[in-house]
Amino acid sequence: MDAMPPRRFDLLAWARTQLFSGPLNIALTLLGLWLLWLTVPPLIDWALLKAQFVGSSREDCGGEGACWVFVRVHLPQFLYGFYPEEQRWRVNLGVLLLALFALPLAWRRLRENVWVWVGLLVVYPLLAWWLFHGGLGLPEVETSRWGGLFLTLVVAGASMSAALPLGILLALGRRSSLPAVKAVCTVFIEFWRGVPHITVLFMASVMLPLFLPAGVDLDKLLRALIGVAVFAGAYMAEVIRGGLQGVPAGQLEAAKALGLSYWQQMRLVVLPQALRLVIPGIVNVFIALFKDTSLVLIIGLFDLLGMVQAAVTNPQWLGYAVEGYVFAALVFWLFCYGMSVLSRRLERRLNVGRHVPEDLA
Amino acid sequence: MNDVQEAVRFERVNKWFGRLHVLRDIDLSVRAGERIVICGPSGSGKSTLIRCVNRLEKHQQGRLLVNGVELTDDRKRTERIRREVGMVFQHFELFPHLTVLENCTLAPIHVRGMGRAEAEALAMEYLARVRIPDKAHSYPGQLSGGQQQRVAIARALCMQPKIMLFDEPTSALDPEMIKEVLDVMVELAASGMTMLCVTHEMGFAREVADRVVFMDEGRIVEAADPETFFSAPQSERARQFLGQILRR
Ligand SMILES: Nc1ncnc2c1ncn2[C@@H]1O[C@H](COP(=O)(O)OP(=O)(O)OP(=O)(O)O)[C@@H](O)[C@H]1O
Ligand SMILES: [Mg+2]
Repeated sequence: MDAMPPRRFDLLAWARTQLFSGPLNIALTLLGLWLLWLTVPPLIDWALLKAQFVGSSREDCGGEGACWVFVRVHLPQFLYGFYPEEQRWRVNLGVLLLALFALPLAWRRLRENVWVWVGLLVVYPLLAWWLFHGGLGLPEVETSRWGGLFLTLVVAGASMSAALPLGILLALGRRSSLPAVKAVCTVFIEFWRGVPHITVLFMASVMLPLFLPAGVDLDKLLRALIGVAVFAGAYMAEVIRGGLQGVPAGQLEAAKALGLSYWQQMRLVVLPQALRLVIPGIVNVFIALFKDTSLVLIIGLFDLLGMVQAAVTNPQWLGYAVEGYVFAALVFWLFCYGMSVLSRRLERRLNVGRHVPEDLA
Repeated sequence: MNDVQEAVRFERVNKWFGRLHVLRDIDLSVRAGERIVICGPSGSGKSTLIRCVNRLEKHQQGRLLVNGVELTDDRKRTERIRREVGMVFQHFELFPHLTVLENCTLAPIHVRGMGRAEAEALAMEYLARVRIPDKAHSYPGQLSGGQQQRVAIARALCMQPKIMLFDEPTSALDPEMIKEVLDVMVELAASGMTMLCVTHEMGFAREVADRVVFMDEGRIVEAADPETFFSAPQSERARQFLGQILRR
């Protein structure tokens, strides 16, 4: 058999077929190039070439370009909010601990270990709450002083890791053969999906205390987290239900025929297949959640965007809004794009040994 | 104590799907070690009949006993019976996200509580018996249909069942793969396994069946040893059916 000829990239041929294959294409290509010429060089000029990077005060700004000194000076606030400076090591330690708790996931065998997940989803959140909030020997830092990227990550991380298990349970419940379970889950999902996110946050901060017994004072951030998690769980449930429907009925029968219990059938056979079918949908919900963390602004908490907003309206630094927003957008984009890349890598790894037509892969 | 000798017993079993009466007054007793082939026209209730044995379908009237234990709504009891009854499906139903070996060790580990090493050794033994040990670390999607069906048989055998159910195990296969699966089933029959097998492979029925059960419209119309059934079918329906099958 002949070896397949190596494919070499031919720029000219590529351009001829892709960019200049007819009068309309030629016109569109030229228009595109012209628009790029109009926008890209000035942008590079502003953001890099003519920009001011070093300095420590407003006086160091002044050129035509961006003044990144603004971001540099405010960076601690953007990262930690109003968290007391001498306590910020606790936040850093918390991030380090998270990495430590997540480390076992790098090994396949450990990924299937229940204790790894208990550590990550139960032990770590409790530990982190103590570390960040204080008490029991640590000076207390009220959640109203949490802010910036730190708060963004807390809200996003907590609501994501609660939304996924909750969504799985709700989706399974909605397909349950027990009528009561099914009804409760269906009503729950439909209720929370029908309420706007902002309303949920308002309800969590204003209404929830009314339902709590007198004397019980749930932290404002905690209330918001519960609200967001429940809300996101309802969305997640419908995404996962789509995946459950994609698993052929024969798979469940084979699992039953082997004598697996209901929860084993779900955990070992149905969910692994259902979840990998809807990874893009799950990541979609995650990304939306991450960006929606900014909504906590309306109940008086300052996430990354909130802190940037506060800094650009600071009278001493008026006029640097663009730099602030560009920075916030860049950070948000980095995280969301990171999730997207991770999810695609996960999908590719999970596709081993399955027949996927090349043009669909 | 004749229960011990009796693997499956249907007593006037009836079942409906909505208004469709799919099993009508089924009476059937299968001895331990007996090999039964079930045949009949499409829609006659063959699949439903054997799916009742491991309660993938619930019967609505009558009694059904498996290894002397009556099937009821009791979930624990159903799970216990399923451990003793292996099933092989028309479309294999291997778990695509697990390797061949993991498919085979899943139930022994999680249902029988066997250690991983022991379960793997057992699985390799059965994979060798179905002549496919070299594929242990492949995924089902990488195997041919005949190979997948042999893995499915090994997966069921790994639970060391007393009874095996087969629902048209070769009818989704290309002709050249049918033989490799039938060979494995013939060997299994020779080992003394109790088998209930829905199939239209009449050669297989002749070779291994102790009894052929012919169904039509939810009833058992005839049950006889293969020699009698094939040479002198009693009912008109069976004669017609055999005429069609053998003409192919
Ligand atoms: N889950 C179900 N709900 C409703 N009707 C069903 C269901 N399963 C089977 N039936 C119907 O019950 C009848 C018997 O079905 P069954 O699958 O047992 O037939 P079969 O003898 O195995 O046929 P085939 O040779 O086509 O597999 C058929 O008319 C079928 O349409
Ligand atoms: Mg059938």
